[in-house]
Amino acid sequence: MIQQILFIVIAGGALLFAARQFLQIKKKISLGQPEEIKGDTGERIKNVLLIALGQKKMFKQWVPALMHFAIYAAFLITQIELLEIFFDGVTGAHRAFAPALGGFYTFVISTIEVLTFFAFFATIIFLVRRTLVKPARFTQTEMQGWPARDGILILLGELVLIAGIVCMNGADVLLQKLDPAHYPDTGTLAVSSWLGPLLFGGLSQQSLVVVERFGWWLHILTVLAFLNYLPISKHLHIVLAFFNVYYSRLKPRGEMENMPEIMNEVKSMMGLIEASEADMGAELPEFGAKDVTGLSWKTLLEAYSCTECGRCTEQCPANLTGKKLSPRKIMMDIRDRTDEVAAGLAVSEAVAPADFDDGKSLFDYIASEELHACTTCQACVEACPVMINPMEPILALRRYEILTESKGPADWIPMFTSVENNGAVWAVADPRDGWTRED
Amino acid sequence: MSNVPIMADVAAAGKEIEVLFWVGCAGSFDARAQKVTRAFSEILNAVGINYAILGKEESCTGDPARRAGNEFVFQMTALQNIETLNGYGIKKIVTACPHCFNTLKNEYPALGGSYDVIHHTQLLQDLINTGRLKLQGGGSFNGKRITYHDSCYLGRINGVYEAPRALLEALDVELVEMKRCKSKGLCCGAGGAQMFKEDEPGEKRINKERVEEVLETGASAVAANCPFCLTMLRDGVTAEGKEEQVMVYDLAELILDKMKD
Repeated sequence: MIQQILFIVIAGGALLFAARQFLQIKKKISLGQPEEIKGDTGERIKNVLLIALGQKKMFKQWVPALMHFAIYAAFLITQIELLEIFFDGVTGAHRAFAPALGGFYTFVISTIEVLTFFAFFATIIFLVRRTLVKPARFTQTEMQGWPARDGILILLGELVLIAGIVCMNGADVLLQKLDPAHYPDTGTLAVSSWLGPLLFGGLSQQSLVVVERFGWWLHILTVLAFLNYLPISKHLHIVLAFFNVYYSRLKPRGEMENMPEIMNEVKSMMGLIEASEADMGAELPEFGAKDVTGLSWKTLLEAYSCTECGRCTEQCPANLTGKKLSPRKIMMDIRDRTDEVAAGLAVSEAVAPADFDDGKSLFDYIASEELHACTTCQACVEACPVMINPMEPILALRRYEILTESKGPADWIPMFTSVENNGAVWAVADPRDGWTRED
Repeated sequence: MSNVPIMADVAAAGKEIEVLFWVGCAGSFDARAQKVTRAFSEILNAVGINYAILGKEESCTGDPARRAGNEFVFQMTALQNIETLNGYGIKKIVTACPHCFNTLKNEYPALGGSYDVIHHTQLLQDLINTGRLKLQGGGSFNGKRITYHDSCYLGRINGVYEAPRALLEALDVELVEMKRCKSKGLCCGAGGAQMFKEDEPGEKRINKERVEEVLETGASAVAANCPFCLTMLRDGVTAEGKEEQVMVYDLAELILDKMKD
């Protein structure tokens, strides 16, 4: 009874607290500009099935993909056991699903155990990789400090989860023989039926009860802790990746977002439409984005979906030739700045997001040198396993620089002038069809 | 070559065309890219394709201006082009520049210009498949080892990987792929208006990185499909002092070579 009350209070509190944090994430994402995500729902669902659930894009590098998949598959199927844990926790029953499901129960728990077994090895390999092997994409400047610790904490958390399962199932197998009245028969479990006796054989019934309860509580408390850790961690991708893939833009990759306000202005200049149709306001509008509130909400969702894996940066031609640009850093900067803006807005409740001013902008995080290095080759877009597009915000910031601030690389000015005046990127004296008259 | 039809003349004569050849700034003005333009025109003439160019009425598609962030300049040049194209009732466009290809195909529709746009490698593949274009047994590259560079704007961004490779297959050359190819192809460094500015500070130029990969294949030539890649690859090969050993060609030039005995 005490355990039940304790469970209901702790789990209820943790769930409420997590829900509040997730609502805050949603609020932060909605600081972005509205963008209607168009396109076929069937196509989106197919993307979610293949790319989010099936992790199709992870398999460009199949070794980490397989290990990641092992951890992920174990995580997915463990949710079934989690249901039982919640049921038992609230009702005070013990393995309430076992008698009801019979052989199927044995099958499900065994599957969980086998996958957990693989996940354990994958987690160890990942830990070794992060601490000893250190592939280049885990050690770049933006990964120093918290991001690196975050990655290790997640893996340690996974080990704790696994330890909990091993204790509760291992001790349970032995207790079923000693006290069948209280410990329903689970059938022969794939791992615990041999690992349990190996680890806990010879312990007294009293000790086994303690081990089983310890494992059970350890597991569920870690799950609840994880849930509340997600919103401040890259691990948030386990929730947001699904949304991010679902809302990924279905338009052609090569199409930059059109700017109708500028198009209409130019059309009215050319006399193609009446000036009144070009709805230019009296005040000078701001073009492009100088801060996160000027970026699409989708880009902010992408920033919170980012897992900091660095596959984008690893493929970026600018980055791998030593330039300052790192697509991953761009996404991390957007997330950090969004956090900062959201925190500032929370303090000054009355301010609308667009009017928020703390004297800073996204340009305090991202240097022009980074923006100017992008070749728009979309290697980063291709590389991202969760369909993030780092090029989009880079181009939005470039637009702000050029259109609103009239800044940007001086080298570009002759090209702009020449396109505007001669209709060609180079100012050439020859006519455009000159090549037809020479051999 | 004085036998390149100009759209204004064709329209004045009240005739129709099969396809408009969009030449682009590089193809019109860059000495190296002009050779590709002439080669492609020569093929079109040889096959008897009913085509035309806009000539003086063609203007930059606006790709570099837009990617640099200058939407005003992009809109000005793009809307001008769309006026011209729609004025002639153009339906189908072929171009040898992947940047023009991408902008015409994917960006002009939102501005009021929708056309069936193909890249010259796709047209060449189609002409070979339908038997309109016959390749001869000769050719300077038979049996030679050639590598192929996927431009970002044709490959990764528009998913055209097969047409250029089908052409290489038809050429009887030994195609060796680079380490990074197709969707993982490495940029030449010119896109996103980089062509028109100095590099940002770094360790090496992107084209050097790419040319190192070209050299690793041991190929005697690298085939490209983009005038900017052509420049970047050639500069990179020259910087390595390998301009005698490794030639840089556009696929149209290789096809034209193979059409002659």
